[in-house]
Order: sequence, then structure tokens, then C-alpha cells
Amino acid sequence: MSAVAPVRGAAAGDLYRLVVRDLRRELRVVDGLIVNIALPVIIMVVFVYVFGGAISTGSSGLAYIDFVVPSVLLMSGGYGAATTAITIADDMTGGMMDRFRTLPIGGWLVPAGHVLASVLRNVVACGLALAAAVLLGFRPHATLTEWLLVAALLTGYVLAMSSLAAVWGLLVRSTQAAGAFSFVVLFLPYVSDGVVPAETMPDVLRDFAANQPLTPAVAALRSLLLDGVPMGSSGVVAAAWLAGLVALSLPVAAVLFRRRTSS
Amino acid sequence: MVETMNAIHSTPLTDAIHARGLTKSFGETRVLAGIDLTVPAGTLLALLGPNGSGKTTTVRILATLLAPDGGTATVGGHDVMREGRAVRRVIGLTAQQATVDDLLTGRENLELFAGLHHLGRRTARRRAAELLERFDLAGAADRRVGTYSGGMRRRLDLAAGMVAEPRILFLDEPTTGLDPRSRAELWAVIRELLASGTTILLTTQYLEEADQLADRVAVIHGGRLVADGSPAELKRQVGTERLVLSLARPEDVPRAHTALAALTPTARPAAQRPAARQDDRPAAQEPEQRDGWSEITLAVHGPGDLRRALDALHRAAVEVERVELRTPTLDDVFFELTEAAA
Repeated sequence: MSAVAPVRGAAAGDLYRLVVRDLRRELRVVDGLIVNIALPVIIMVVFVYVFGGAISTGSSGLAYIDFVVPSVLLMSGGYGAATTAITIADDMTGGMMDRFRTLPIGGWLVPAGHVLASVLRNVVACGLALAAAVLLGFRPHATLTEWLLVAALLTGYVLAMSSLAAVWGLLVRSTQAAGAFSFVVLFLPYVSDGVVPAETMPDVLRDFAANQPLTPAVAALRSLLLDGVPMGSSGVVAAAWLAGLVALSLPVAAVLFRRRTSS
Repeated sequence: MVETMNAIHSTPLTDAIHARGLTKSFGETRVLAGIDLTVPAGTLLALLGPNGSGKTTTVRILATLLAPDGGTATVGGHDVMREGRAVRRVIGLTAQQATVDDLLTGRENLELFAGLHHLGRRTARRRAAELLERFDLAGAADRRVGTYSGGMRRRLDLAAGMVAEPRILFLDEPTTGLDPRSRAELWAVIRELLASGTTILLTTQYLEEADQLADRVAVIHGGRLVADGSPAELKRQVGTERLVLSLARPEDVPRAHTALAALTPTARPAAQRPAARQDDRPAAQEPEQRDGWSEITLAVHGPGDLRRALDALHRAAVEVERVELRTPTLDDVFFELTEAAA
């Protein structure tokens, strides 16, 4: 009942207002600033300087900075995207959702606004991480088309993680539990070919790494950003993974949202 | 028959809120067991009840936040279940939980809600400024709500419910937890809204609040209405005042009871505090012991009853140490009404 489509055209304006609200909130809490601005830079510095000297890139033959930058870009965007679970849980468990639901807007716009705001701020976080990488000596070689594909892939990854985080944020009943999603997103890159070569891992982990979305996403980014790294099927596989995750999690989030706001 | 049909199927235009037979259970717990409410346009109904009596559930159903299991309700002439969006266009809600954003300023909050009401940018700004002025928040307009005092936050919450100038306002315990001064300020605002023609359904735990503001009071207990009437009628029902007599000698208590029981039914030993109620014992038989005194509480109507009570005790040679008159508390009202219903 509460999710009837709003007046045509009004939804875009409502979404815009909710996104502005989310971005304002994010800029006003120290956590938000750290996650979105400081963390991408810190992760980049830690991997390139602290771990970089000790980690061999195996058969890829890449310098460690070239090897690791793609996964650090994904970490930077992904970690920020995970906080979507918290912003949504905050609204759902506090009184804000009651306020929004007595307004003549589609209630689903509230979680949708959080997801969209997350995409915006985390694409920016990816950009900051990339700038930090360049300062640390990363030298990308990409054509305009390749840059656009890099942007599309990062945006797709952030959207997929934000949508998954939205599902989690709607499932749990407290803000604290919502925070747990960050760990999933934080760990996923480590068990991919992104941080250390997957060929050095035990069998089980290597199989996992070969069949999770981060590995093809990292491979595609490397190919797009660097010269002489073949793309193979990684771009298509990565795109299929991300599209699949978004296509699965958005309807689930919609159903969960409806369930939480009716009865 | 015809009358019953009308009551169920049509809503007189003068009734802003009209509910019949609302029921709601959460799992095994029955929260509402059939609530009938009518609030004529431009009046204030106070829904008076303790925690867990079903006040908030009733408000949430009427504000389209919760679907009832059974019964019907119209708000502003629209069915709350089938025409939720139309209802939301005419109502404002101030819930118990804070429903404003702590990280935004007061002005940003109001402009956000005004925008989501599709008022248009310029109108939204003007409306926010007006409300900040009206609710005495202009000085704090550009501070984050997180820095506001409890009273300021409630006023902002109320203002947030008012951005679209709703005809019908739901206030769920608007003054709970406020200091007396903030409460008085909020009452003044509520009276002003009422004077400007707004229909208000207010829930409260305080009889005094209902008395101060309401045209009619509905007392809710265990998901049922146990009384419904004007504050004056309600008070007549429970006695306007409580007479607390402290006896000098505890051994006089039975004699005092006998003497008082012989009085007219208007002045009879009345409800005691919740302690007695939990015991499920007739309250006046177990007078409270305090500082070596024994207290007896009576419901009295005016000075005549007071004089009669003291005369009766004097004749029975009961020595009264102290006499105190107080207004009935919600406890008194409930004990009286639920006792009568039992």
C-alpha cells in the first residue's frame, strides 16, 4: 500500500533531495570523512609502501604498485559502499522512517537515495585513491575509451556493493549489526588475485579466488590501466558478475523494504 | 439498524477522524481489542493511557504507518488502508521517537521535509523560516539538531509535522520527558494550532495535559477504550480531587474506614497507588504506612465532601494528623475506571 508510485516526475526531485541529505550527513561525521577521503589514501600508501616491498607478484611480472592498485581502487570504493548498510539501518530503526512514510513520497526512495548517494561518494573515493596512486608512482596507460570503461567498472562495483549492503541493512535490526557488512567487503579483495597472486594460495582459497567477482574485476582493471596485460574474458566475466549482483540484490532489497514497512 | 449502517459506512464531513472496531495483534499479543474513535474537525481528542495501552499503535494505524488487523478508519475523509497517499497529504505526525535528522540543522530538516511535500523551492524556504520563527527556533535554525535541548527538539519535531499545513495532526506523547517550562511552551503552540482550525489527536500519560488541552478525552487501557467524554465528565466520574488523610494512630484505621464507608457514595475510600493495585486487593483496606502515620485516600467532590469526611472521623474519635487535597492522577483514573469495568 505504501509503495504506490508517486506523482510522475516528482520522484526524481525527491531522490535528489534524499541524496543531498545523505551527502550532507556523510560530510558532517568524522567516520564519513575518514571512510570516504582518508581511507582510500591510507590503504594505497600502506599497500604500496608497507607491503609492497615484501610481496612478489608471481608470474604476472608486474611491479607491485601496478599489481595492487586495481584492487586498492576496489577496496576504497567497496568499503565506503558497505556503510550504506549503516545509513539504511539508521533510518529504519530510528524514527526517521516514520517521518518519511507520512510524507507523500514513495517510501522506497529512502533506501534508493542511500544507494545512489553511496555510488556518488564512493566513485569520488575511487578517484582519490587513484590520485594517491599516481602520486606514489603509479603510471597508468589508458586511452579515453579505456578510462571510460575503468569508470564504468568502478561505478558498477560500487553500485553492486551498495545494493548488497542495502539488503543487509534492511535485514538486520540494529545499526551495530549493519556495520558487520564492512568486514565482508573488506576481506573479499584479500581472497582474490588482487593483493597477492592467487597462485600462491592453498587450493581451496585459490578456487574461491578464481570464482569470485573481485578476481575478474581486478584483471580487467589491470588490462585497462596498464600496457601489455591481456584482457581475455575478464572484462565480460566481471561485468556479468556485477550486473548479476545488482539484478539480484535490488529486487530483494525492494521486497525486504516492503516487508519492513508494512504489517 | 440504519443508524449502525451509517456509523460504519459513512463519515460525516465534520469528523476529521473516524475509526470503528480497530484491532491489532503483534504475534500472540493483542494490542488493540476494538477501538472506536471520532474526532470532529477542529477539535482536540486526548487519548489517555499508560505505556503499552495501545496509544501509539492507534496513532500509527491512523497515520497509515501500520495496517490494522480488523476495523475501518477514515482520516480527512480518506480510508487509511486504501487511500494512504491521500491521507498522508492532509496529516502531520509527531511520533514519540525523534523523527528529525540530528546531523542536519533545524532549517535543513524543515526544508527537506517541505521539499518532499513538493512545496517548491521558494515556498519551502519561506515555510521553514516561518515555522522556525513560530516555534521559537529562529536563533538555533542553523545549528545541528544534535546540539538542541529536549524541548527544542520536540518543537522542531512538531514543526516538521506542520510543514505542509496539515488539517489533521497526530501528536504521540509530545511532552513526555520535557521540563515544565518546555511543556507549557508546547501547550501554547498546540492551543494556537487548535485555534487556527487544526484537528488534533494527542496521546498522553498525563491527565493534567488532557484536561488543559482536550475537548474530549478517551481513556485507553489494555487495547480498549474504558471511558470517553469531556474532561469535566471524566473528572466527575473519578472525583475531582483526592483527599489524603494521615491518621495519628494506625490502630484507628479500621474505625476510620467504617466511618467513611457510611458516607455518600461520592466520598468513599478510593484508589490507592499502583502498589495496592498490583496486589489486586481493594485499595483502601491496606492504608499506606508512612512515618508512623496511616494514610487513607478518598475521592471527593468539592468542599462539602471534605467537611463530611472530617466530621465523620471526628464523630468516630479518629485523630487526623494531616489533611492533603490533590488532583487525581492518572493512576487514580485508571484504577477507578478499570475497577468499574471489571
